[in-house]
Amino acid sequence: MARSITARRKTINTAIAWSIGLLIFFPILWTILTSFKSEADAIAFPPKFLFFDWTLENYAVVQERSDYTRYLWNSIIIAGLSTLIGVIIAIPAAWSMAFVPSRHTKDILLWMLSTKMLPAVGVLYPMYLIFIKLGLLDTRTGLVMVLMLINLPIIVWMLYTYFKEIPGEILEAARMDGASLPKEIIYVLTPMAVPGIASTLLLNFILAWNEAFWTLNLTAAKAAPLTAFIASYSSPEGLFYAKLSAASTMAIAPILIMGWFSQKQLVRGLTFGAVK
Amino acid sequence: MGQIELKKVTKRFGETEVIPPLDLVIGEGEFVVFVGPSGCGKSTLLRLIAGLEDITSGTIEIDGQDATAVGPAKRGLAMVFQSYALYPHMTVRKNIAFPLKMAGMDAAAINAKVTAAASVLNLTDYLDRRPGQLSGGQRQRVAIGRAIVREPSAFLFDEPLSNLDAALRVNMRLEITELHQTLKTTMIYVTHDQVEAMTMADKIVVLRAGNIEQVGSPLELYRTPRNTFVAGFIGSPKMNLIDGAEAAKHGVATIGIRPEHVTVSKDGGDWQGRVTVAEHLGSDTFLHVASDLGQMTVRVGGEMNVRHGDTIWMTPDMTHLHRFGADGLRTP
Repeated sequence: MARSITARRKTINTAIAWSIGLLIFFPILWTILTSFKSEADAIAFPPKFLFFDWTLENYAVVQERSDYTRYLWNSIIIAGLSTLIGVIIAIPAAWSMAFVPSRHTKDILLWMLSTKMLPAVGVLYPMYLIFIKLGLLDTRTGLVMVLMLINLPIIVWMLYTYFKEIPGEILEAARMDGASLPKEIIYVLTPMAVPGIASTLLLNFILAWNEAFWTLNLTAAKAAPLTAFIASYSSPEGLFYAKLSAASTMAIAPILIMGWFSQKQLVRGLTFGAVK
Repeated sequence: MGQIELKKVTKRFGETEVIPPLDLVIGEGEFVVFVGPSGCGKSTLLRLIAGLEDITSGTIEIDGQDATAVGPAKRGLAMVFQSYALYPHMTVRKNIAFPLKMAGMDAAAINAKVTAAASVLNLTDYLDRRPGQLSGGQRQRVAIGRAIVREPSAFLFDEPLSNLDAALRVNMRLEITELHQTLKTTMIYVTHDQVEAMTMADKIVVLRAGNIEQVGSPLELYRTPRNTFVAGFIGSPKMNLIDGAEAAKHGVATIGIRPEHVTVSKDGGDWQGRVTVAEHLGSDTFLHVASDLGQMTVRVGGEMNVRHGDTIWMTPDMTHLHRFGADGLRTP
């Protein structure tokens, strides 16, 4: 009796989980499906779900009209470098906060996080002017710097949480064994924090890849990443749904594949420290 | 090599004074045990010597050199932690080799030293395993191995046996004592277990609330405890402390008599009592007795046929009676 109730509850829970999962995934699925339709099928009413004439034409047109690889390369450079530099800066910062906290460490952490609450558009104008003055407009260097800075609080927070989980006695043992501070970080702390650092890299790479506000506003052509590539297919008339979908699919495909293969790491990264 | 001297050392955490001004000399080659109840400051004192905590005032000298401002890496001391603190991502070999690598020793010399340490500690078969694949006792040995390869001027042990089960604890206790006899290096050992202190130490430092209550050899502390705290802390089972009229007969505030210095009889004696619990160990019988003088513990050698509820008589051996004044201090 009890077992049948548990089994039924399990089935219901699974069904609910799948429904929610599909609901969340539906926009992406719809985008992918639309990318294989003709423009007429894309705006057909009632919408055509699976039974339409499948075509690769949109991909061919998109590839012909704009240089996908250039955008892709920009995305990889911008997301990759901003994440890497962020982590290099954040490791010593998180180390000091986790292992030699001062009275104000908690306040600093909260203040860092509070900068994420700021509406980005509020600083767009000054940022734009600074970028013009420094000649950083439409450069990868400029975007790497901006994305690194806006994601830095998250990187520090994630690493801080990981480092807090490492027993302080092990670092003290390293000190007793004659390790200087840099050696302690290189030989003991970092290898122990590798899983944490990996998921931090991964999550922030995704965040930087998906960042649209600054990448759209601070680039024009040269440094434009895939977000700009998608945006260039969105016209006010909305006539090119299928091509827009093809462009979107091409833009999200790399990150989607990467996320699929590293989902274990990602989930662990997001829930680390939450459960003992 | 290995003399450590603490001069007027104090430690404060914010407003709280954990170690009031303290002077202590640890001689070369001595096995010194810091013992006391939890929160007495014994681990803090060890960490001050290690350099893992900064002292608030005073000086620490190691081999005659002022080491107060010297970092833990440069003090030439090795430490074994309660949690072992092994590097989980390194094999046993790399764990033991780590301090040598940090010292910049060449690979061949490191290898020779690690091999030698492993054979002393019975770890040869485990050199390529990681700490996670070892038992508690083996992990403890790795921690000791990591400490001995450095040939430090002194070893610091912070409650190293408290995570082990009882049988293993006795074994490791012997191993550490033997290690001290072989190496003849200064060892400072922190424990809350007075049996460990009594069995291992050349010199015991009894601490309470950061203050040194008494320093002496195990037998000195056993025979002539300086005050009621040391009297109650050293010795197992605890010394019986009696005050009131019985103590007044001896002209003091408190008298103390150890369980093994009381003769027990079923027929007659000085103090009458009723047995509440009888613990039969074979070699000894411990009787917990409710008497007019309060709850007492007595030890009878061998077996004695006594049970819960029996009435017995106890006679103290006057030559082993301890007398303490109203301030708790020993009086002649």
